[in-house]
Amino acid sequence: MEHGRADAVHAVEASGVGKVFAGRSGEVVALTDVDLTVRAGEFVSLIGPSGCGKSTLLRLIADLDGASSGALTVFGKPAHQARLDQDYGIAFQQAGLLPWRTVAENIALPLELHRVGKEQRRARVAELAELVHLGDFVDRHPDQLSGGMQQRVAIARALAASPKLLLMDEPFGALDEMTREYLQSELTRIAAETGAAVVFVTHSIPEAVFLSDRVVVMSPRPGRITDIVEMPFAGERDEALRESPAYFERVTAVREALHGAPVERANER
Amino acid sequence: MRRWRAAGWGAVGILVLAAAWELYKLLGPAQGLVVGAEGSELLLLPRTHDRAMPHLWEMGARLLAPTSGGDTPPLIVTVAGAAVTTLGTAAVGWLLGVLVGGLLAMLMQRSRLAELGLLPWIVVSQTVPLIAFAPVVNSIGTQLERGGGVWPQWFSVAVIASYLAFFPVAIGLLQGLRSPDAIHRDLMRSYAAGYWQTLIRLRLPAAVPHLLPALRLAAANAVLGAVVAEVSIGLRGGIGRMLIQLAGQASSDPAAPWGPTFGAIALGLVAAGSVALMALGLRNYRRGEETA
Ligand SMILES: Nc1ncnc2c1ncn2[C@@H]1O[C@H](COP(=O)(O)OP(=O)(O)OP(=O)(O)O)[C@@H](O)[C@H]1O
Ligand SMILES: [Mg+2]
Repeated sequence: MEHGRADAVHAVEASGVGKVFAGRSGEVVALTDVDLTVRAGEFVSLIGPSGCGKSTLLRLIADLDGASSGALTVFGKPAHQARLDQDYGIAFQQAGLLPWRTVAENIALPLELHRVGKEQRRARVAELAELVHLGDFVDRHPDQLSGGMQQRVAIARALAASPKLLLMDEPFGALDEMTREYLQSELTRIAAETGAAVVFVTHSIPEAVFLSDRVVVMSPRPGRITDIVEMPFAGERDEALRESPAYFERVTAVREALHGAPVERANER
Repeated sequence: MRRWRAAGWGAVGILVLAAAWELYKLLGPAQGLVVGAEGSELLLLPRTHDRAMPHLWEMGARLLAPTSGGDTPPLIVTVAGAAVTTLGTAAVGWLLGVLVGGLLAMLMQRSRLAELGLLPWIVVSQTVPLIAFAPVVNSIGTQLERGGGVWPQWFSVAVIASYLAFFPVAIGLLQGLRSPDAIHRDLMRSYAAGYWQTLIRLRLPAAVPHLLPALRLAAANAVLGAVVAEVSIGLRGGIGRMLIQLAGQASSDPAAPWGPTFGAIALGLVAAGSVALMALGLRNYRRGEETA
């Protein structure tokens, strides 16, 4: 019975979630009335114009900020408890590696903080380094790696505690197109291998379509969800997909959902 | 390569200084340049006669001659002994200063209230002249000693040295502890890391680049503070007292005070050098931020 429940529990469940920042020039409504369910193992992307609250939503799930209203649970617990239980791993646009630590030590950081034994830690780090294809670089320092390699280390670090939920805020945003596509393929593979649910923030429509089971389209002022577009590509995310008509059809669908949002892009920013 | 070049420029600087000294001694007026009437004259250029400005080689020769005639040990040996004594006192003062400065910085980083309450006083503390402050510490020490406590006089000197040493550490470390990026703080929060874990894994390592210059400054300050405190308290055995003693005999033995002067300079260099050595061990913490 215990087992059956664990399978049924959703990775993220948000209902009526809102976030208001109290700024110096009055209040900023960053999010209103967000309803979103992310199933276990599901890959969900958040897309939308700048300032629509994508990062805010991710930070609420991560309990880096607290929601102002609504109910938010992660694996059936309050977000706060989920953070304490290390139920998620997180990665940002900057790799955010600690420059004084080697690749191996950076990956091991979350394990160290949770008092995982030395032997176990070493084995896990070796495993993760292989997973992101950095086995030969474990003794390097971050300043000796390319941006793409640093980002892979950050992903390995996010996966260290074997979380069932991965939160990523534009993790490939600062990378060139080639590295980006390569890491997208890697991420699909990793997500499939680990079975983790992913909430992925991006500005790129093709990226969202390629990676996701569902694409959540958001709109600003106030930040909210305007549409959710399903992707029917389970298990066929390879390079051939990027060329297929079905893929382009979905890209168009997401683009229309974005532009259909009652906001003129010219007014943005 | 870079290191050799730096050493080269250092040597050139010393040679230029020595040449300037000898050149001015050669060309400058023996009685200096004096303007104004008798009784209110103003010395514009220093005197160059042998009692005011001994030749460099005389200073050198004096270092090798007996300290106070007869078969007393050479001056350089006495100077070295005094310098080691002062170095020990300054080192204790440095340690004390680093400890106090470090604790203050951690307190101020932890609590905004502590910062508001402490920082102004920390800054003001450095405006109190050492000469005024030293006798107070000494008399407190004497009273404690009389009350049955253990407070040797050299410890007063160390305390005064620490008074100058703690300041750069408190300011530098505070800045360093604040230096981690928001992304690193978020990351530690996402790992549910507590205050101490964040301090040890993130804040302290990130503070190293700010801390090292502060430690070097603290070392120089501790030496300066120790020398001045020795003079103003009148503690025997150290280089400060020796300097005053020999300066008093300068009219008959003009090259002698230069011995302890060079000793004090060497002391500062050794102190700064020890910190540089420490920095070598902390190289990894000074790596530039990752290039994205
Ligand atoms: N700490 C904060 N204090 C005040 N306002 C904030 C804060 N964080 C975000 N906001 C505001 O909330 C809104 C949503 O910001 P958020 O960063 O979530 O947008 P985003 O969708 O991630 O944008 P981008 O695509 O540019 O990253 C913006 O109007 C922003 O100004
Ligand atoms: Mg954002």
